[in-house]
Amino acid sequence: MKMTGAQIVIESLIKENVEVVFGYPGGAIMNVYDEIYKQNSFKHILAKHEQGAVHMADGYARASGKVGVAMVTSGPGLTNAITGIATAYTDSIPMVIISGQVPTTAIGTDAFQEVDAVGVTRPITKHNFLVKDVKDLAYILKEAFYLAKSGRPGPVHVDIPKDVTIAKIKFEYPEKIELKTYKPTYKGNKRAIKRAVEAIKKAKRPVFYIGGGSVLSGAYGLIREIVKTTKIPAVETLMARGVLRYDCPYLMGMVGMHGSYAANMAMNDADLIISLGARFDDRVTGKIDEFAKNADIVHIDIDPSQIGKVVPTKYPIVGDVRMVLEDMLPFLLEEIDSSKYEDWKGVLNRYKELYPLSYKDSDEVIKPQWVIQKTGEIAPEDAIISTDVGQHQMWTAQFYPFTYPRQLLTSGGLGTMGFGFPAALGAKEGKKDKVVINFTGDGSIMMNIQEVLTGYKYKLPVINIILNNNYLGMVRQWQTMFYNDRLSETDLSDVQPDFVKLAESMGGIGYRVKTKDEFEKALKEAIDSKKVAFIDVQIDRREDVLPMVPPNSPLKNMLIFKDEK
Amino acid sequence: MKRIISVILENEHGALARVVNMFAARGYNITSLTVSPIPNSEFSRMTIMSEGDPKIFEQIVKQLYKLIPVYKVIESDDFIEKEMAMVKFPLKEVKDNLADIDALARCYNGKISNVNDKSVVVSVVDRPNRIDNFLKAMQVKYKNLEVVRSGVSVIER
Repeated sequence: MKMTGAQIVIESLIKENVEVVFGYPGGAIMNVYDEIYKQNSFKHILAKHEQGAVHMADGYARASGKVGVAMVTSGPGLTNAITGIATAYTDSIPMVIISGQVPTTAIGTDAFQEVDAVGVTRPITKHNFLVKDVKDLAYILKEAFYLAKSGRPGPVHVDIPKDVTIAKIKFEYPEKIELKTYKPTYKGNKRAIKRAVEAIKKAKRPVFYIGGGSVLSGAYGLIREIVKTTKIPAVETLMARGVLRYDCPYLMGMVGMHGSYAANMAMNDADLIISLGARFDDRVTGKIDEFAKNADIVHIDIDPSQIGKVVPTKYPIVGDVRMVLEDMLPFLLEEIDSSKYEDWKGVLNRYKELYPLSYKDSDEVIKPQWVIQKTGEIAPEDAIISTDVGQHQMWTAQFYPFTYPRQLLTSGGLGTMGFGFPAALGAKEGKKDKVVINFTGDGSIMMNIQEVLTGYKYKLPVINIILNNNYLGMVRQWQTMFYNDRLSETDLSDVQPDFVKLAESMGGIGYRVKTKDEFEKALKEAIDSKKVAFIDVQIDRREDVLPMVPPNSPLKNMLIFKDEK
Repeated sequence: MKRIISVILENEHGALARVVNMFAARGYNITSLTVSPIPNSEFSRMTIMSEGDPKIFEQIVKQLYKLIPVYKVIESDDFIEKEMAMVKFPLKEVKDNLADIDALARCYNGKISNVNDKSVVVSVVDRPNRIDNFLKAMQVKYKNLEVVRSGVSVIER
């Protein structure tokens, strides 16, 4: 039986076991939406803005490990989706974005709602397709899903002109995709693995540097076992929070600009850094010339282009972190004498005791770190935590007690304000049984505030804890530190929304809290309310994120305390 | 530093744009670029000449490998390099020197390709640096030349 292109899209999504599509209809994609109307196999969630839809698909993918699917129309539909696509690309999140396009005959004529979609998404997708003929459609969709989740994952964009959604052909969905030009390496080279094991054996001060690739490859069980048995200290990047439990004795904390002193000193003093799916981001390394001067690097990554990109790598291993560690495990268990790192761990523990992550609590004003720690105590241990971008993001990464990977959803690479709330909605859709909390700021939350309605409509009760300092806090902090406190366009105190009324106007529930008691009460109520909630927490306006490696400084030169003026 | 690479990639729409974008996104100029299909295959071969920091170039090459339609990136310092150039002389400028020009062109694997009442066209095929020399010599001696260069093509020895 012949099917239209629109029907083929639906059937292909069903073949891929898609449970939910996040999207927004429009002219060029209408035929596909007509078929969505007629089917019952998957759910469609209508966002209020295409950016929200893509972040929802992203949050769904991060929390569930499945491919997130977003659907938008041509022109402005697609351009509104761009920030969402770029966010997923930078953090290697598997997604398929389907956009409508003007009919093939109109492409290039400046038609209504036409934009060169594949031209726009080319640098921010793993791959993209313009479907010019319905006979290619099923294959391309299969390839899109395959590319999105294989190798180093990433978003894949499929642009479908309107006439292709009408044209008919027999539906044949390929069983499997074989590409001559794309064969990701999963298994690590045996000799390279042996050499790395030898290096680990010889090292006196080794450290595991755990990155987002460890989460994506599902390696956390192995990593926990290896760290426990070898007793080699470990640090985590922002993207890897939760791979080790927060209370793991070998975890020195988060590394980088706002990492812990012990974690940064572990990198600084190490003689061997074993990178597990991390990419030596500039926020991690600090000043690159001074980074880990005495260390050799073992770099395990599925993407060969990451190896040696930032630092010279003596022991490169191209492969999937989980599969490489599976091959390494027997050697490590047999050959590593775990007692020999006692001294090294002792040194790092002294750093930990000397300069632990800390803040000065107060009875007069709420400290943001207290809010995060308190939330960690009140919320169930498996609650999903998302963040927007700014000070609250770093405080969350520092102070929330993460217990498992995929627990923290945050825009680590691109740093997208407005990510947290829609991502939390998507995560809630994927993990209905979990409490989902978004830590946000009074700046970030405004960037996708419209999605309260989506949460209301689809019963996705996400709790937004707004750490409200009436500032664009992170920029304010930099202005104070590096621009002589000239607060250019960062003071938001003159106009603030009434978050309580705002939530209520869109079917949510709101709280404005100024004391610790009020906060505890509000959070407990919000969790029980099963509504989208805003908890507007008035925090200490001038609290800084510390410690901090100033931009372009070596990791060891951390600012630990605030100058008391 | 001058670098030449060859890229074997799927012969499909958008593939060229993906490759070129790697250079554009880093603010790198492509000195020359040739593309044509490889006979009896679904692939095309691109030859790209560019200049720049070797470290950034190495990163570009790695990123090129990562592109889905790219099959192979060939870097070699043992390429045979060839380029074609066509030079158009106004007839009045060279009408007394046709024999000289033809003789010189033959030294560069070329000849006079066309003559009409307005102009003489000479084509030569050689290594890019030899083409440079040929063109310099012609430009010193004659005026108002029009030059078209094909860009370099290479094959591994």
